[in-house]
Amino acid sequence: MTDRGGVVAAATGAEALSTELPVGRSTGWWGMVLLVVTEATLFACLLGSYFYLRFQYGPQWPPGGNGNPKLLTPLVMTAVLVPSSLPVIWAEHGIRRGQRWRLRCGLAATLVLGVTFLVLLATEYAENLKRFTMTTDVYGSLFYLITGFHGLHVLVGLTMISWLFAASLRGDSFGAHRHERVRITAIYWHFVDAVWVAILFTIYLSPRL
Amino acid sequence: MSTTITPPPGPTREDLARLTEHWAERASLRAWFSTVDHKRIGRRYLVTAGLFFVLAGLSALVMRTQLARPEAGVVSPQEYNQLFSMHGTAMIFLFATPMLFGFGNFLVPLMIGSRDMAFPRLNAFGYWVFLFAGLFMWTSLPFGAAPNNGWFAYVPLSGEQHNPGLHMDVYALGLLFLGISTTSGAINFIVTALKLRAPGMSLNRVPLFVWAIVATAFMVIFALPALNADNAMLFLDRRFDTHFFDPSGGGNVLLWQHLFWIFGHPDVYIIVMPALGIVSAVLPAFTRRGVVGYPLIVLSIVAIAIISFGVWVHHMFATGLPQLSYSFFSAASTIITIPSGIQIFAWLATMLLGRLVIRVPLLFVIGFVVTFVLGGFTGAMFAITAFDQQVTDSYFVVAHFHYVLIGGAVFPMLAGIYYWLPKITGRMYHERLGRWAFWLVFAGMHVTFFPMHLYGLFGMPRRVYTYRSEPGWDGWNLVSTAGSYLLAVGLLLVLVGVVHAVRRGRPAPADPWDGDSLEWSTASPPEPYNFPVVPRVHSLHPTWDERTAESTGAGATADRILSEGRRTLFTSELDAHTERAVRMPEPTLKPLLLAGALLVFFTAMLLAWYPVAAVAMVVVVATIAVWLWPPRHPDEELGVAA
Amino acid sequence: MDTTAETTSSTAGRHWRPRPVLTALYGLLLLAGCAGDTPSALNPAGTGATRVAGLWWLLFWISMAVFVEVMVLLSWALVFRRGNVRVRHGQPLRFVTIAGAGLPFVILVAVYGVGLRDLAALGHGPGPDAPAVEVTGHKWWWEVRYAGASGATANEIHIPVGERVRVRLRTDDVLHSFWVPQLMPKTDLIAGETRETWLRAERAGSYRGQCAEYCGTQHAHMAFLVVAQPRADFDAWLARLNAPARQPRTDAERRGQQAFVQGTCAACHAVRGTDAQGRVGPDLSNMGSRWSIGAGAVPNDAGHLGGWIANSQTVKPGNAMPPQPVDAAQLPDLIAYLRSLE
Ligand code: HEA
Ligand code: HEA
Ligand code: HEC
Ligand code: CUA
Ligand SMILES: [Cu+2]
Repeated sequence: MTDRGGVVAAATGAEALSTELPVGRSTGWWGMVLLVVTEATLFACLLGSYFYLRFQYGPQWPPGGNGNPKLLTPLVMTAVLVPSSLPVIWAEHGIRRGQRWRLRCGLAATLVLGVTFLVLLATEYAENLKRFTMTTDVYGSLFYLITGFHGLHVLVGLTMISWLFAASLRGDSFGAHRHERVRITAIYWHFVDAVWVAILFTIYLSPRL
Repeated sequence: MSTTITPPPGPTREDLARLTEHWAERASLRAWFSTVDHKRIGRRYLVTAGLFFVLAGLSALVMRTQLARPEAGVVSPQEYNQLFSMHGTAMIFLFATPMLFGFGNFLVPLMIGSRDMAFPRLNAFGYWVFLFAGLFMWTSLPFGAAPNNGWFAYVPLSGEQHNPGLHMDVYALGLLFLGISTTSGAINFIVTALKLRAPGMSLNRVPLFVWAIVATAFMVIFALPALNADNAMLFLDRRFDTHFFDPSGGGNVLLWQHLFWIFGHPDVYIIVMPALGIVSAVLPAFTRRGVVGYPLIVLSIVAIAIISFGVWVHHMFATGLPQLSYSFFSAASTIITIPSGIQIFAWLATMLLGRLVIRVPLLFVIGFVVTFVLGGFTGAMFAITAFDQQVTDSYFVVAHFHYVLIGGAVFPMLAGIYYWLPKITGRMYHERLGRWAFWLVFAGMHVTFFPMHLYGLFGMPRRVYTYRSEPGWDGWNLVSTAGSYLLAVGLLLVLVGVVHAVRRGRPAPADPWDGDSLEWSTASPPEPYNFPVVPRVHSLHPTWDERTAESTGAGATADRILSEGRRTLFTSELDAHTERAVRMPEPTLKPLLLAGALLVFFTAMLLAWYPVAAVAMVVVVATIAVWLWPPRHPDEELGVAA
Repeated sequence: MDTTAETTSSTAGRHWRPRPVLTALYGLLLLAGCAGDTPSALNPAGTGATRVAGLWWLLFWISMAVFVEVMVLLSWALVFRRGNVRVRHGQPLRFVTIAGAGLPFVILVAVYGVGLRDLAALGHGPGPDAPAVEVTGHKWWWEVRYAGASGATANEIHIPVGERVRVRLRTDDVLHSFWVPQLMPKTDLIAGETRETWLRAERAGSYRGQCAEYCGTQHAHMAFLVVAQPRADFDAWLARLNAPARQPRTDAERRGQQAFVQGTCAACHAVRGTDAQGRVGPDLSNMGSRWSIGAGAVPNDAGHLGGWIANSQTVKPGNAMPPQPVDAAQLPDLIAYLRSLE
């Protein structure tokens, strides 16, 4: 006991303390993980509702001759969004070594990919809205609620990343010893990506099965 | 100052002075709004939830007055329907959970030997949101626009077509608003319990109350999203003509019920579990021994938390789902009684083996055992589908849930109030007054709710604003009403007792009960920094344990005094090994600002002022951005290579 | 409601014999359960409810036994308090496991088995050619039709005694629940779907039923009556339901009919054999012999009928029949006409 106390005392002395030591997980990390867990549950409820309503509805789905959802745009969207996690990972690894340029470039790349995703979503909406809206029938309601809610999450994620990006441009916030926020934001972004895969399966692929 | 603790040999006078300087808040208006001290926030939760309890309780008294005689005209049917809906909604959402969160807020850091919650500012934010959401919902009542469709708001009756006006918009938006508070509070509890435990408090030394709060918080995290999804869809259906619950547009009305009860059933355990935690926390002091079967109780808590997600259909036993699904949910509902049985018998064993010290808190615990067991039995009866189909939606169910809610949650809360009053206020309560209150509350409770079993079986449905005389329910209803007045008088005495203690009570010593958990090793009320020395915990009953006591006295080390700056300790999640000291945030007004902006947002959504809502949202985002903007640090501290 | 009284002598105890210990409490339940016209689940008269009443007494006695066990332990702790020693060791885990988990588990498995058997019995409806009643829930009254019969009635269901009758449940608006405590547990009426239950009365009599799912303002007044009668009486009743309504005989009745058919009433109400064919409100072809007005809101007599027609909103606030522009002079005629429809 005593010697551990000694080590800790040394490690928590005034100078040592002023640099955030990467000992253990931070409260912020846990907080974000739990937020993601509860958000994931929310998406699970929405996707669960989709399947419930679909199977209660009857054999023809989507109803009203809407036809199966088109696949091209969503697949492109997937190809844009899913890889957007890579630059974040790369940026995070970079800043852990104190390489700010990697942080800046990585975040910028993710921003570009994320915005592209939202633009593609908007074009998809523009096209779909001609055929059906949120008020057409329950399929329309589900489609716009689920994709819209996910789109909102992408937007929130992008806001967080651009905010990090701004801070990283300012310069004196992140370094090898202080990068908690990068790590935490990355968790959120990976989550937004992963949820999209579940949505792709539910909304776009499952009606074809 | 009512009590002073003599500075232990460990921390010096200067240490204490510095701690006070870093942690104390000046008594100013600004400090009142900007505080992030978990003790103040906890107290506010308790008082605010108590206020909502009185409002919901008075609604119940009006209802009981209306039901005292057949075909009475005290209130109109429309008024009655708003009253019972607000009564149920407020009791569940604005009283029970926040009250227990209040206990948790005040006690969890004290019990685990920390100086605050993991996220003090988030904590303050959670409180403001709770307050605003509660006011948001109650304000609708004087306008005659309160929710009027019961606390579970079944569609299609809650839809726009059958229920125009703001009633159910208040419900949906109010609960979404409140959900922000509950979720952030739950995350805060979990992280606090994971990272801020005093060194040495490994998982097998965590107090049962903290276990209960953590399990509850996990249930919130998994259950609340279902309610939020449900209410979001309801609001969209009502306002923006979507068809989630509209059969003519391909929707389904049972979806509402499934999602509601996927939340709703875990929610009743969200309410009872911390209350059971209070029982486990109170018993040791009054039986002079630790609670029997600590590992079994922890196991039960975890088991309840898990199984409770698999029983929701027992609230839908009359909707005509397939029998196979009923037999499954019936089995799960039957099994979930077993962990409760384990806890009851563990407490009985504790009482049998200990030496009982009969004080008011123990009286309420005994009242709890009697009442909760009866309520639990009717619950076990409902688990048998065939029987439930007969009594569901009758007063028999009303009897069940008041037995478990009042017996299982309110009695432990009252025990907790008397037990921790000395710690919270620094004053002792009046014992005789407390005993009178107990007997009146206990008698009032049973006189009110026991007859409901009977007239439920005799065919009286719930949620009726009146009834005719022929079916023969009058006499029993009169008894119930009389009982509810008795209960109100008892609760009034509790209130009088609290006020009396605060005004006139004898100053309380640090540890009036010779309790076993860490909060009793702090001053009454605790100093702003809680512990002059963060203790090193050596057993499950740290205050009864000499080595732990020594760690804050002669054995105190600088790494646990932490008097430089506003700091507390992080420890590892499982074994609670010291990791590092961390700086805690200063008081700030941002939580209040953020909650205020959200209030504007939800009010604007309610009144369909969408541009205002958009502006409020911008303020919300901006506040969060400023709140979390990373501070600057010199490069060498950051560790930058290029 | 008078027929219930004769059948309420003590049959409830038949399924489970009281033990000497708790006879007092039992007697209390029994007494209260049999008092007056109470539509008590403990005074069953139907096959379904009888089974559930038996189940209840089983659950009741088991709960009592476990409750007594808990109370004995609690009293023991209170009466024989231990000395002032701080016992921190000796965890009687075995006691807790056996009493708190083992014993309850055994009991619960047994009870669950019995419960499944009863659930299966409740699900065991009539054969395909049993008589069928179509019941539709409205805010806040019950529309009743018979398979193969053209006529309709409201808030009153006649069934042949001793036979299983199929009941098909639909709702016109929100959720309701069909509950006749003395005959059969509940089945909800689900918007957009059809549900089915069945009734079998073992004794002739009238049994009160009531909506048991909150359905808005007047959920309190959404009662109905199930009349179980011998087959012959039932057949006669059904035949009358198919025939045109009784023709007016007196002048007053004739004037009343005219006022009814030519006035606003016909827009919402039907009377068979007349031009009144409205379907918004209850069919009134047999209004004179119904047990109540407004789904149990008030008794069916001339005074209450007058009050209802003049302004039903004072009788049953919020119900779907707006106040009617009826002259004071027409009112007695309308009352006379409607009361003549038997
Ligand atoms: C604090 C809240 C709380 C608690 C703890 C419980 C506990 C239980 N509840 Fe209850 N319940 C509610 C709150 C609660 N309930 C509410 C609010 C409703 C109504 C909602 C509404 O419709 O408005 C409801 C409704 C409700 C229903 C639906 C009724 C209906 O609408 O038709 C059912 C059905 O199964 C049920 C079951 C149970 C069971 C099996 C338990 C078990 O957990 C009980 C376990 C405890 C014991 C059994 C006692 C101790 C055990 C022993 C001493 C061991 C020996 C025991 C045996 C051998 C049985 N509850
Ligand atoms: C924690 C939860 C909780 C609590 C504590 C209570 C407490 C009470 N409840 Fe509640 N009740 C519910 C949760 C709760 N209820 C729920 C969820 C429903 C279902 C709603 C629905 O159907 O949707 C319900 C429904 C319900 C009904 C059925 C309504 C209906 O179906 O038509 C009734 C009827 O009697 C009732 C009565 C009471 C009474 C008399 C109390 C009393 O215990 C209240 C006592 C409290 C006070 C009286 C206030 C405190 C008083 C003072 C501090 C003193 C000062 C005041 C004076 C004396 C002037 N409740
Ligand atoms: C706008 C539609 C409407 C009109 C017009 C209307 N009624 Fe009704 N009536 C109803 C509805 C709906 C009910 C059922 C109310 C309830 O019980 O909740 C009802 C119920 C009744 C009942 C009680 C039936 C029962 O079984 O309990 C009587 C009698 C009655 N109406 C008579 C009349 C007469 C006479 C007139 C004309 C002077 C009239 N109604 C005009 C809609 C209407
Ligand atoms: Cu129909 Cu309640
Ligand atoms: Cu439940």
